[in-house]
Amino acid sequence: MSLENMSLTNEIVQQKLAEKFGDQLGNFSEPYGMLTFEAPKELNLKVLQFLYDDETLKFRFLTDLQAVHYPNDKGRELAVVYHLHNLVDNVRIRFKVFTDINQPDVFTATQLFATANWMERETYDFYGVNFVGHPNLKRILNVDEMDYFPLRKEFPLEDQTRTDKDDEMFGRGGSIN
Amino acid sequence: MSEVQNILLPEGSIEKKTITLNLGPTHPATHGVFQNILEMDGERIKSSVSTVGYIHRAFEKLAERRPLFQITPITDRLNYCSSPLNNIGWHLTAEKLLGIKTPKRVDYLRIIIMELARIADHLICNSIIGVDTGAFSGFVYLMEFRELIYEIYEEICGSRLTTNIGRIGGFERNFSATAWEKLDRFLKEYPAALQEFENLFTRNRIFMDRTIGCGPISAERALNYGFTGPNLRAAGVDYDVRVHTPYSSYDDFDFIVPVGTTGDVYDRFLVRNVEMWQSLSLIEQAYQKIQNMKGEEAEVYHANVPEYYLPKKEDVYTSMEALIWHFKIIMGEIEMPKGEVYSSIEAANGELGFYFISDGGRTPYRLHFRRPCFIYYQAFEELVKGSMLSDAIVVMSSLNLIAGELDA
Repeated sequence: MSLENMSLTNEIVQQKLAEKFGDQLGNFSEPYGMLTFEAPKELNLKVLQFLYDDETLKFRFLTDLQAVHYPNDKGRELAVVYHLHNLVDNVRIRFKVFTDINQPDVFTATQLFATANWMERETYDFYGVNFVGHPNLKRILNVDEMDYFPLRKEFPLEDQTRTDKDDEMFGRGGSIN
Repeated sequence: MSEVQNILLPEGSIEKKTITLNLGPTHPATHGVFQNILEMDGERIKSSVSTVGYIHRAFEKLAERRPLFQITPITDRLNYCSSPLNNIGWHLTAEKLLGIKTPKRVDYLRIIIMELARIADHLICNSIIGVDTGAFSGFVYLMEFRELIYEIYEEICGSRLTTNIGRIGGFERNFSATAWEKLDRFLKEYPAALQEFENLFTRNRIFMDRTIGCGPISAERALNYGFTGPNLRAAGVDYDVRVHTPYSSYDDFDFIVPVGTTGDVYDRFLVRNVEMWQSLSLIEQAYQKIQNMKGEEAEVYHANVPEYYLPKKEDVYTSMEALIWHFKIIMGEIEMPKGEVYSSIEAANGELGFYFISDGGRTPYRLHFRRPCFIYYQAFEELVKGSMLSDAIVVMSSLNLIAGELDA
């Protein structure tokens, strides 16, 4: 059986990506079977476009897009995570771009996926990721007047005066601020 | 816009030639709290801007400070028309991260509950399309059976709307005899009611004229907009998580995935109707499989995971181990393995996904809900542009927008 007829596997995806982008992509792993990798944030659109256009890969369904905040990872505090799905071969992948929290500019995927519009607005709303080129980047779930990004880790959920709700009680050894 | 209209406006008037109409936030026809600001040219919609977030409750932030079992009640409040689907979707996510394997009987019991929830959700959606097109009686016929489904939930978990049904690893208790009895009654009586509902609507000329060609979307646009579930299938894409990524032993079952062609209101209605029949068949199959179980297998209703599954109360009072586990679980002192996992189920509205990052603590480091409603609602403007206001209402109900799922 030729490579084209074989069902798409994580190895093929990884190999294709390596052929196209060389060693610019990194940290390939497969947590719970889903191929996961990182790209430099300048490349996010190029990677998405390549995954979309390539006739073998066909990752044409954006399942989900969200951000994660890692306050202790200096220079790459915010991760924008894309979940893509190839519906033909039924393969899912996840890829991440990391950005500095002081300059959280990431290119928008709205030109490629109409669905990215609100997903990116939500991500902006909660993490302050500035999606460059987004047609309507404003808050979506929170009030417009809000001047902070509430899902960032520096905003504690509980009342700070309560010691019984300290992070220590949640297995994280003291405050994460 | 035609210059003929609004001839009463004086020349050079600064008044607009279109009317701005606020549909919502609490309009009875939206069936939920969200706003659409419509620019109307007479009866036609020129543009629509949606405002959501009125009932945003910061679930993702809350989840970062809750041990796993306390997150289940949060998921209740996503799509509150089918809470058990959200609950079980969450349990499956947690089980995937923790590597818990559930017994077959638990999977089948879950399928019964999930398919009941799907029926409850679809019957509301479809009968509301009837109400919004002026046919109230279908709603009244079917509502009786949602009541019956809620009674079955009540037998199993004690509550009706926000169910908090099941636990990580299975169910908190076995199905009672009354629950099976009510399920029997449901399986016996619902087909006739659904048939009657279909007779009233499916080939009803008025209903067809009202819904065919109303708010259509092509398969390509639907995919680009991230549609999933019945709304995507109505556009002709046979994507169903139950088939693509089987969970909870769905691969043991035989069912079809109905698809439409045009993606309009009528197709969405038909797809949901067929799915209700399929759900019924799935429930019957699961029921049979459970009936055929023998011996110990026929009594099991949870996996053996003392770290995550609360011990029986009488054991807590009599055995030290059970007391320790009980304490540790309730105080949220169980540490999870590190990892990141994406798990999704076919909820009533589409792919309900959970993106769960654990840093080895006792609560999720990050939990994101992929809420199908939120994702497909952004297509609303494209769906209703140029159509009549009354069509917009029907499109909205056929999308089955649930404010809880929209806002999280």
